[in-house]
Amino acid sequence: MRVRPLGVFAVLYLMFLYAPIILLPIFAFNDGTVIAFPLRGFTTGWFAELTQIPALHEATLNSLIIACSVAVLATCLGLFAARAATRYKFPLKGGIMGFIMLPLVLPEVIVAISLLVVLMQLGIETSIFTIILGHTLLCMPFAIAILQGSFSGLDQSLEEAAVDLGETRAGAFRLVILPLVTPGIIASLLICFIISLDEFIIAFFLSGNEPTLPVYLWGQLRFPARLPVVMALGTILVGLSIVLLIVADVFRRRGLRKMGQQDAGGFL
Amino acid sequence: MSEPLIAMRDVNKYYGEYHALRGITAEIGAGEFFSLLGPSGCGKTTLLRAIAGFEEISSGVISLLGKDMAGVPPNQRPTNMVFQSYAIFPHLSVKQNVGFGLRKSGMGVAEKTRAIGEALEMVGLGHLGGRAAHALSGGQRQRVALARALILKPKVLLLDEPLSALDRKMREDMQVELMKLQREVGITFVLVTHDQEEALVMSDRIAVMFEGEIAQLADPEVLYRRPATKRVADFIGVMNFLPGQAADGTLEVAGLGQVDLDGTFVPDGSVSGACSVGLRPETLTLLADGEAGSAREASGVIDEVVYYGDMTYYDVRLEGLPEPVRLSMRNIVGRDVLDVGAPARVAWDPRAMVVFPD
Ligand SMILES: Nc1ncnc2c1ncn2[C@@H]1O[C@H](COP(=O)(O)OP(=O)(O)O)[C@@H](O)[C@H]1O
Ligand SMILES: [Mg+2]
Repeated sequence: MRVRPLGVFAVLYLMFLYAPIILLPIFAFNDGTVIAFPLRGFTTGWFAELTQIPALHEATLNSLIIACSVAVLATCLGLFAARAATRYKFPLKGGIMGFIMLPLVLPEVIVAISLLVVLMQLGIETSIFTIILGHTLLCMPFAIAILQGSFSGLDQSLEEAAVDLGETRAGAFRLVILPLVTPGIIASLLICFIISLDEFIIAFFLSGNEPTLPVYLWGQLRFPARLPVVMALGTILVGLSIVLLIVADVFRRRGLRKMGQQDAGGFL
Repeated sequence: MSEPLIAMRDVNKYYGEYHALRGITAEIGAGEFFSLLGPSGCGKTTLLRAIAGFEEISSGVISLLGKDMAGVPPNQRPTNMVFQSYAIFPHLSVKQNVGFGLRKSGMGVAEKTRAIGEALEMVGLGHLGGRAAHALSGGQRQRVALARALILKPKVLLLDEPLSALDRKMREDMQVELMKLQREVGITFVLVTHDQEEALVMSDRIAVMFEGEIAQLADPEVLYRRPATKRVADFIGVMNFLPGQAADGTLEVAGLGQVDLDGTFVPDGSVSGACSVGLRPETLTLLADGEAGSAREASGVIDEVVYYGDMTYYDVRLEGLPEPVRLSMRNIVGRDVLDVGAPARVAWDPRAMVVFPD
């Protein structure tokens, strides 16, 4: 068989990308405190230990509260923005939309520091609430991008047709628009949830004394003995993220199929 | 026409500065197949949407069944619409689409099912009820849109370019089918189209629109034979325009000769000075060799031959005319198709002339 340079590149690329992620569960189940080969036998002890750390539970609760709030907030705001952007013309539309999408390309550290400066100037204490604000800012572009995909596929006359057939505006939205964008809404909720759950930098700057899971994890890295526990926790987080991402994309695709459209890209 | 079903009086519509409808006045009778015909951008859709209630008009009155419709939302008007995109609900089945408007009808389930079945039968889709809407072809979508609107038994069915997305063969079949359907249900149809042939084929009456104004409102034959303006004449079918000069009741037509103005059709009633003399291709006759001519005859050379099977179109360069004239001949048995460059004699008739002032 001929060796193709691009094929080799692809394999190396995938290895480089995924090797650390594969190592994560391997050492999470390894019966030894040192993260090194050879492996020392199978154990689920590290996972069991996870249930014994109150600080971790607090951090998990914080993360869940934040991620849920952010998912709902960013998706609601994204809903308005996406509908406005696809349905109406207004002055400076391009500029405004570009501005909303900006956090997508700004370095997160810069966003985090700026937010911190603003909060300090306003005299607002860092807390779960401030992390929610920061994460919402971060998630908005993703929510808008997903929802815009849902809305822009909608023929404007669908809504008018429903009204023409006797429905009120609200009825038309409920019976026609909502079912067609629901998969997009679910996808947006899930994606925003994951982004917020996994986000570290903004959470680190804005968390005060209410750490999120990633912030807690980072704190544990100082103690070599805790490393396997960190690995176990990381395994759970990665697994959860992958599952949610797949579910989100399934919904996004189902939405497109419902409208009889071709799939144009996506996350997976 | 007793009471008009739709009456529009001096309807104006502005989009900001842009004057999209300019003093539209027209009446549409019950059971009529009425068409709004005009080039793209002339305001046909705007007028249709104003009748449906989707556009608020800036001034004037639109009344349906004698009631002023100002402020009445689309869902309370006795109209239904077939949208240009058909607007089939993609997440519903064909049956659910067709039955959508019955939600508020208070019908029982059995009654609804029967009504939906009948509506689908009427548009020839009886076998497709369970199909998902997004799995339909263009022609089928259009039928679903028709059934969905007609099931509500509206007083008026509004159709926005319903056939423009179909291929030619299907379009011609649907034209006939729509006419039949309209006669069957007896509902007033208001059709928007930019295709003059389609309008001529289907309509009882046609309003020709340019730049937000109705240029002429008449039945197809009048529109074709007696166009009110040169622009209408040019838009409907093919018409040759020959330079002419009118004075003292006589008309001097370049390339043809002098005729009595009385024998021609003058839309404005009278005309003098420079004018354009319109002649349809089928009113000119190509004379065969040795065929007896008449006094009204011109000679020239064939410039172009376009063969259509049943018809042949010739462009003939007549002496004394800068532009060739177009004429059409039916390809009957025994008549040969002539070649480019052949000499030609063309017979004409002043009764077919329409004289427009320049
Ligand atoms: N919502 C709108 N805002 C501004 N201008 C419009 C709007 N809708 C239509 N127009 C303008 O009004 C004119 C007539 O449009 P339309 O009625 O759609 O034309 P037609 O259906 O005859 O092609 C066009 O020049 C179009 O650009
Ligand atoms: Mg139009």
